[in-house]
Amino acid sequence: MSTFLPDGWELVVGLEVHAELATESKLFSPAVNHFGGEPNTQVDPVCLGLPGTLPVISKEAVELSIRIGLALNCTIQRCVFARKNYFYPDMPKDYQISQYDQPLNIDGWLDLPTGTRVRIERAHMEEDTGKSTHLGGDGRITSATATLLDYNRAGVPLVEIVSHPDIRDPEDAKAYVAELQAILVTIGSSDGKFEEGSMRVDANVSVRPVGSDELRTRCEIKNVNSLRSLGRAIEYEARRHVDLYDSGNAPMQETRHWDEESGRTKSGRPKGDADDYRYFPDPDLVPVDPSREWIEEIRAALPPLPSARRAALLAQGADATGAAVIVERDLDTLALAAIDAGADPARVVTHAVQNLNVDGAAALDAGHFADLVKMEVGGDLSATQAKTVLAEMVETGNSPTEIASAHGFEAMDTSELESIIDGLIEASPDEWARFTGDDDKIRGKMQGFFTGQVMKATKGQADGKVVAQILNARRNG
Amino acid sequence: MSAGETALGVASAVRSGERSAVEVVEASLAAIDALDGQVHAFLEVTAEEALARAADIDETVAAGGDPGPLAGVPVALKDNMCTEGVPTTCSSKILEGWIPPYDATVVEKLRAAGAITVGKTNLDEFAMGSSTENSAFGATRNPHDTDRVPGGSSGGSAAAVAAGMTPLSIGSDTGGSIRQPASLCGVVGLKPTYGAVSRFGLIAFASSLDQIGPFTRTVADAAVAFEAIGGHDVRDSTSIPEPVPSCVEALGAGVDGLRVGIISELLEGELASGFEPEVLQRTRDAAAALEAAGATIVPVSVPSAIYGLSAYYLIAPAEASSNLSRYDGVRYGNRVVAGDSTADMMRATRTAGFGAEVKRRIMLGTYALSAGYYDAFYGKAQRVRTLILEDFARAYAQADVLLSPTSPCVAFGFGAKSDPLTMYLNDVATIPSNLAGHPAMSVPFGTGADDLPVGVQLLAPTLAEPVLFRVAAALEAAAPAAPLPAVAAPALTDPTIDDQGVPA
Amino acid sequence: MSDPISRDEVAKVAELAMLELTDGELDTFTGQLAAVLQHATDVDALDVADVEPTNHPYPLVNVFRPDVAENRVSREELLAAGPEIEDHMFKVPPVLGEQP
Ligand SMILES: [Mg+2]
Ligand SMILES: [Zn+2]
Repeated sequence: MSTFLPDGWELVVGLEVHAELATESKLFSPAVNHFGGEPNTQVDPVCLGLPGTLPVISKEAVELSIRIGLALNCTIQRCVFARKNYFYPDMPKDYQISQYDQPLNIDGWLDLPTGTRVRIERAHMEEDTGKSTHLGGDGRITSATATLLDYNRAGVPLVEIVSHPDIRDPEDAKAYVAELQAILVTIGSSDGKFEEGSMRVDANVSVRPVGSDELRTRCEIKNVNSLRSLGRAIEYEARRHVDLYDSGNAPMQETRHWDEESGRTKSGRPKGDADDYRYFPDPDLVPVDPSREWIEEIRAALPPLPSARRAALLAQGADATGAAVIVERDLDTLALAAIDAGADPARVVTHAVQNLNVDGAAALDAGHFADLVKMEVGGDLSATQAKTVLAEMVETGNSPTEIASAHGFEAMDTSELESIIDGLIEASPDEWARFTGDDDKIRGKMQGFFTGQVMKATKGQADGKVVAQILNARRNG
Repeated sequence: MSAGETALGVASAVRSGERSAVEVVEASLAAIDALDGQVHAFLEVTAEEALARAADIDETVAAGGDPGPLAGVPVALKDNMCTEGVPTTCSSKILEGWIPPYDATVVEKLRAAGAITVGKTNLDEFAMGSSTENSAFGATRNPHDTDRVPGGSSGGSAAAVAAGMTPLSIGSDTGGSIRQPASLCGVVGLKPTYGAVSRFGLIAFASSLDQIGPFTRTVADAAVAFEAIGGHDVRDSTSIPEPVPSCVEALGAGVDGLRVGIISELLEGELASGFEPEVLQRTRDAAAALEAAGATIVPVSVPSAIYGLSAYYLIAPAEASSNLSRYDGVRYGNRVVAGDSTADMMRATRTAGFGAEVKRRIMLGTYALSAGYYDAFYGKAQRVRTLILEDFARAYAQADVLLSPTSPCVAFGFGAKSDPLTMYLNDVATIPSNLAGHPAMSVPFGTGADDLPVGVQLLAPTLAEPVLFRVAAALEAAAPAAPLPAVAAPALTDPTIDDQGVPA
Repeated sequence: MSDPISRDEVAKVAELAMLELTDGELDTFTGQLAAVLQHATDVDALDVADVEPTNHPYPLVNVFRPDVAENRVSREELLAAGPEIEDHMFKVPPVLGEQP
C-alpha cells in the first residue's frame, strides 16, 4: 500500500481508458482510419454529419471490441447505440454516438502483475470526436481568438473501458494502464500508442479515511499522457483533496487537467446537474446482438494474453521482472521454444533479458538459440563468447556452431588453462595470499581479479565456471 | 402539358419511341413555367440537367436499349432529398444555398428506372407541418383552390402532380406528410412500409418514422414508382433486407374474398366527431364500393390509435431535436456571427435559421428527452407505440386491410389552423401507421365541402403493399369522378387526351 | 393539475437547444408547449408499466458494413460548404468552454 498520503487517508481511483480501435475505416462510415494525414483528408459525408447521411456499424469494430471484452473477462451482451446530445464544434452532429444503458461489455476484471484485481464496470463502443486547434493568445482555449477544426479523428471507433474505483495506489494505476495497453496490443484491438492519442486515460480520484467504504466527491483528471504523469497526477490530486478536507473544506466535483510542467492539476469544468445529455437510443441504428457462436469464434482466435504468457515463463523458473520484460519484448515464444528444445531455462531467461534487447531478436531461430545455450552450458563457449555469438546470430541468422568456428571459439583444453592459472598464481603472490585467506568478501574480490586475468590472457575464450573450479582446487590443494 | 397524364403512359410512349423524352420534359417544364407562379410547388427547377438527361434517354431508345420502367417520366422531388450539385434546402433558411455532394438513394433509383428529375419541391420547413405554410420560401397553394393549403408537409410534391406539372413526384411521410396532402390535392399518395425505401439522403426529421413514397394520379403509377424506389440499401441500417414486394402484378386481382376492416375509432365516437361529415361519408361510401366489388367489410377496433397523436408528438420532436442539432453554422449552411464565441455563433445561427414551428418541435423534443422527463414522456411514448403495434396485430387477424379517412377535413384556408395543437390534430388518422411502420395509402374518393377532393386511407401490415394496391385499384375504379383542379395543365382538362395521356 | 411546463423550463430547454427566445416568444411557446403536453397526458390512461418500448417498427439486429476504407468525396468538395475555412480546416470563433 502506498504511503504518500498522510496517515489515516486512503486513495480511491477509478480509471476510464479510451482506446482507438485498429480498423481500416471509421466506426460508422468508410472514411479512412489512420493516424496522421493532412487535416480533413480522412473524412466523408457520413462522419462529417452532412444532412441525409446515415451511420452503418463496422463489423470489424464490433469484433475488436468483443475481443477487448473477452480479454477483460466481461459478459458480452446485446447492446444499443445511444445518442449523447451536447453542442460542441468538434462533434459533427452535435451528438456523440455512444452506448449508454446497454453497453456491449459489462462486469469484467483485470488482474495486475502486482496481484491487485481491478473490476471492470463496462467497456462500451463509441465514436471519437474531431480535433480543435486554438489560434492566437498562447494557444490555450481561454485566450484563443479563433479555433480550427480537423475532423480526421471524428468517427474513429473507440472502446471506453471504465473500471470500478478499486485502485488504492498510484503504482497500481500505472500497472493497470500498462497491463491494459499490453492486452490491447496483444489481441490486436488497438495499437495502444499514448503519443498518437490512440490510448487516453482519465482518472477519477478521491480520498477517504482508511477503513471507510464511502465514495467521496471525485475529480476527473484529464490530459494524462504517460504512465509517469498518471502516477504524479493521482498523487497530486489525492494530496489536494486531503489538504482540502484537513482545512475544513471539500473538493467540488469537476474535471481537472494535468499540467506536466507545473506538476499540478488545474480546474476545468464543473460537473453536475447542468449536464443533460438527453441520451436516447439512436433511431438510425439497430441493436448489436452477438450470437454465442460468434463470441466463441472470437474467443477461440484470441492469442494468449500477457498474464498467461508471463505465467508460462514463471513456470520455467523465470522471476517476475524477467518474465514481464520478456513478454513485453515479445520474446516469450522464442524463449519457451528454446527451453522446449532442451536449453537451460535460467540461461535462456538471462540471455533474453540481458542480451536480446535488440530489433529482430524475436525472429531468432529457436533451435539455434537452444544450441547456443547448450554449447555454453556444456563448456564449449564462455559466457562472453556466447554473448558475441548470440549477437551475430540475430544479425546473420547463422547457426552458433558456424559463428563460433568462424571466430575460432573453441573449448579450451583444461590442462592448458591450468598452466595459465599456475603462471598467474606465481606472478601475483600477494593477491593469491588474499584469495586463500579467511575473509570471504576479499576472496570473492580476488576470484574476480584472477578470472579477469585469465580472460585477458585467453582473450575471453576461457569458461568462467572452469576457471573457478581450478582456482578453488588450487586453494584447497 | 402534353406529357402530364400518367407515368405509365409517358414511359410506354417513350420506350416505344412514340414520343421523345425531350418532348415530354419540355412539356413538363412548360407546364411548370405556366402554372407554378400560381401554385409555388417548386423551389428549384433543373431544366438544363433534365433536358440533357432526356436526350440521353432518347439516345438509349434510339440505340435499341430500354431506359427502364419510368423512361422519360418527369419527377419532382421534395426538397428534403439530397441531389448532387443541386441546392437542397428543406425549405429552411439554415440550409439555403447548401449543395449536397451526393444523391439520395431514391434519386439514384429513380434515375436507374429512367425517370428525369425536373426540380425540387416546397415543404414545411424540415417536413414539420401539415399545410406547407411553414416554408421559409413562401407557402404552396392548392391547385384546386389557390386560397387554400395543399396540405403538408409534402405540399409542393402533391400540388405538382395535382396540377399536372409532373405525373410523378416524391414526398416523405413522418406522420402523414404524403397521405394528407394527397388527400387534400386529390392525388394518390403512398407511405410504404418503414424500411422499404432507403432513407439515405433523406434529410432526417424523425428517423424512426420517416419514410419516402410517391405521389401519382393513378394507383398503377404509384405501384410502378414504389417498385422503382424500393429495395434494400446497405447505406441505411434500418433498410429491410428483402426484395421490394411486387405490386404491379397485384393491381388487377380485385378484392373478391378480401376482408376490409373499418377502424371504428376513426369513423365514429369522440375522435371522429372532429371530422367533417362529408369526409366520414366518403369513407363509408368507399367501404360500400369495396363490398359491392366483392370484399367483406368488418368493423375493427384499434383502441390505442387514439393515443397515437400524443405518442407521435413526443417521439417525433424528440428525434428531431437531436437530428437538427447539427445545424450549427460550423461545417455547412448559413452562419450568423454574433457575440464572441462559437457557442454564441451557434445560438445566433440556429435562432435566425429556424422558423417558429421547427423551434417549437425542437424545444418539445428537448424537453421530452431531458433529465427527469424521459420516462414520463419519451419512454412512455415508445411503450404506447408497442400497444399500437399490438392493437394493429389484433386488427389484422380479422382483416386484410383497414380503411379510414385520411384527413379529418378537406383543404383549409391559409392561417386557418394557426394554433399548433389544432394543426397537430389534423394528423390523427395518419400517425398510427407511422408509429407501427405499416404501409398506408391515400386514394382520391369523391369530394367533400366546397367540392374539394377527399381521400380515403388504406392500411396494411408490414410489407403487405401488394394487397394495399389490390384494394386501392378497386377503390380507384369505383371512385366518383374527380374534380378538376382550378390550376391545371391542359392535358388534365383537355377531353381529347385520353387517360394514358395520348391525344385521341 | 399544475401547468405541464413552466416559462422557466421553456427558457432552460431553449438554452439546451441553443435557441434564443425573446420574452414574447417565451410566453407564446410556453402556452403552446403546455397545450401539447397537456394533450399528451391522455396517455396516462394507459398502463404501460409492463410494456417494452418500441424503438424501431421493424426489428432488425446486427446490421454491419465490412471494414473497407474509401474516401468517396474530395476534401475540396467537403470544405466548399464551410462558412469559413483556413488551412483546410473549418474556422469558428473561439471555443470558450471545454468539451462537456
Ligand atoms: Mg468519460
Ligand atoms: Zn467516452
